[in-house]
Amino acid sequence: MKAIEVRKLRKRFRDVQALDGVDLDIAEGEFFALLGPNGAGKTTLINTLAGLCLPDSGSLRVMGFDVVTDYRRSRRALGVVPQELVFDPFFNVREALRIQSGYFGLRRNDAWIDEIIARLGLKEKSGTNMRALSGGMKRRVLVALALVHKPPVIVLDEPTAGVDVELRQGLWEFMRELNRDRHTIVLTTHYLEEAETLCTRIAMMKQGRIVALDTTGNLLRSVPGRTLRLRLAPDRLPTAIAALHAGHDGLMRTLELRDLGQVGSILESLRAEGISVQDMEIAAPDLEDVFVRIMSR
Amino acid sequence: MQSGFITLLYKELLRFWKVSIQTILAPVVTALLYLLIFSHVLEDHVEAFPGVSYTAFLIPGLAMMSMLQNAFANSSSSLIQSKITGNIIFVLLPPISPGEFFLAYVIAAIVRGLAVGVGVFVATLWFVELRLDHPLWTLAFAVAGSAILGCLGVIAGIWAEKFDQLASFQSFLIMPLTFLSGVFYSIHSLPAFWQTVSHVNPFFYMIDGFRYGFFGVSDAPPHLSLAVVLASLAALSFLTLRMLARGYKLRY
Repeated sequence: MKAIEVRKLRKRFRDVQALDGVDLDIAEGEFFALLGPNGAGKTTLINTLAGLCLPDSGSLRVMGFDVVTDYRRSRRALGVVPQELVFDPFFNVREALRIQSGYFGLRRNDAWIDEIIARLGLKEKSGTNMRALSGGMKRRVLVALALVHKPPVIVLDEPTAGVDVELRQGLWEFMRELNRDRHTIVLTTHYLEEAETLCTRIAMMKQGRIVALDTTGNLLRSVPGRTLRLRLAPDRLPTAIAALHAGHDGLMRTLELRDLGQVGSILESLRAEGISVQDMEIAAPDLEDVFVRIMSR
Repeated sequence: MQSGFITLLYKELLRFWKVSIQTILAPVVTALLYLLIFSHVLEDHVEAFPGVSYTAFLIPGLAMMSMLQNAFANSSSSLIQSKITGNIIFVLLPPISPGEFFLAYVIAAIVRGLAVGVGVFVATLWFVELRLDHPLWTLAFAVAGSAILGCLGVIAGIWAEKFDQLASFQSFLIMPLTFLSGVFYSIHSLPAFWQTVSHVNPFFYMIDGFRYGFFGVSDAPPHLSLAVVLASLAALSFLTLRMLARGYKLRY
């Protein structure tokens, strides 16, 4: 079953075409990343799924429920962690969770509320007013609020922006666990290594369009070549391999290779010129390389 | 009706109850100050209705004015604060229908209006013994009047994008309509032109009808007042529901 189904979605804000014909399917149980530079349309897409934004044209379904005509069921199926640190200053953490649970029709939900409070490290703060929480704690509460009605689809809009390593790791461990229980997780993030590590499939957006959509493995394989970093003594390159030179950080030189087979000939030409290799690193392209390449097209 | 409505109503009631010194006690004290000053100055000079002292005449007007202003303040301040702080998304993400949203905010406004109204009457008990000839009329106008202002509060809270705009709505619309509605005087004491102007002010019918419940006397026939008030409520409810259903300034 499709957890999310988007067809020909268009949305315009005055002179900006925020979404320009987006088509996207995310299967139930996927851990999916939506990547793109600021202003690419990621948050607009999420907001349209959540009903915070109304589409100009096209359709969106969450767990098969149309977000406009069957909004009650589609919203029950969706939990959204917003990008901004928003909170209601009138309530403490537990009150906020109980109220949010009640909005979804769950008025006796204390067992689950206790569990998410414990899992997100909020036990000590459950009676604290939202105003008195640190930024990281507020972020945890936002995650808890999104999960309070046990939605099958969870969307996290840059949930780790400005949070410490401990929360980041704890949050992803919790998300992995929910994903193992067949929850569909969709995240947007600027930390591309998070997407690379966690997600099985990735969509990249640019100017309101999806410009790349594939499995993480296929995207990584789409960029050929390797990067070779060398510390040399003396610190110079033979003329024969000078064309491969891509940079120098003061200590090591970076060479861009088409494939691993070039390493042998490079070492040979260094040896022939009496240049010794003091340190060497070979790196495969990562998601950041893929992202930069796709965005620069 | 789904239970999201019950929770939203509960949240809206809890919101003003948690700051009841500001939301209930303060307007009661303000009304009391109006009463002390105006009754002291005008008690021996004005007889608005035959056989009714000016202080007795003034109390229902002040109570109604306080109810209306606080009903407006309740829904409008809740919405503008939620919009500006961004926590409005907590009520936009759940499966709450426009009708449930509307009812929760308007009923909370009515409850706050009635709480302030009761507070004003309790605080003024020892000033004068008030008659209550038609309690159901009093209740009907109190509820309908607060509902109208609750609707206006929702409209203003949704329309305004900053506190300044909301303050303009309050200062240039709500306050003049309230003060020029016969809270402090019978409109029969006004020149003919201003009497005519008062008759197109729906706030006049709210206060006049409310006062009829106490004394059995009014400037306009009570059935006419009730009809105007209910028609105003129906029109504003329709407008508010349309705004909510379209997501005006809430869902972009």
